[in-house]
Amino acid sequence: MNPPDLITILISGGIGLVAIGAVGMAVSRHLLRLVLALAIAEAGANLLLVLAGYRWDAVAPILTGATVTRPMVDPVPQALVLTAIVIGVGVQALAVALLIRVKEAYGTLDIRELKTRVEQEICGAAGIAPPESANKPGGGQPYPVPVTTSRESA
Amino acid sequence: MTAWIALVLVGLMLGAAVLVLYLDNLVAAIAAASVVSLLLSLLFALLAAPDVALTEAAVGAGLSGAVLALGLRRLGLIDLGKREYPDA
Repeated sequence: MNPPDLITILISGGIGLVAIGAVGMAVSRHLLRLVLALAIAEAGANLLLVLAGYRWDAVAPILTGATVTRPMVDPVPQALVLTAIVIGVGVQALAVALLIRVKEAYGTLDIRELKTRVEQEICGAAGIAPPESANKPGGGQPYPVPVTTSRESA
Repeated sequence: MTAWIALVLVGLMLGAAVLVLYLDNLVAAIAAASVVSLLLSLLFALLAAPDVALTEAAVGAGLSGAVLALGLRRLGLIDLGKREYPDA
């Protein structure tokens, strides 16, 4: 049984990482999990970038003075990815610092709770009623029973 | 042979990436994100990029995990779950 091509496996892995990160950023309710999903999407993008400079049966781009007959991998995407990894950690550290400030200001990291709080603040400063009717069921019907499954509502 | 190794590594990496979204415990989610970075560094070594592999293992897995875990402690959300022996 022959495995699939190496490039095919790695491209599907990179695209899968980017997709998982994007879906995670879209659906996560906790802000720290959003930062983690961003890190995963970054990792997938880095893998795809390194893959762009890969050649089959090539040696690593290190000049040793020895005579090699095989071709060399393109080192330019590798240098870019080296920079992107470090920048990614910087972005994560900035995001964690912002999370600490949000927790100090609002006391929660839940996205929906934060949205209602920010809307209330903006509408209170503008002197108008908060637009909470968009989230209510119409016709005076009762609210559905809230389902609490997640432990991370802190 | 190389393709089999890559297949196993990519499978583990995607599994850890899904675990980041599904684990309830945030400490475990951060650990799963570090596992993703570690397996990605092995893939970089497979792709003839040893410098990128070193940086990803040291910065992406180590420093990023440390920054996230320290931020989690600062946020007061560290929850290591039930102890196996609560009396100890």
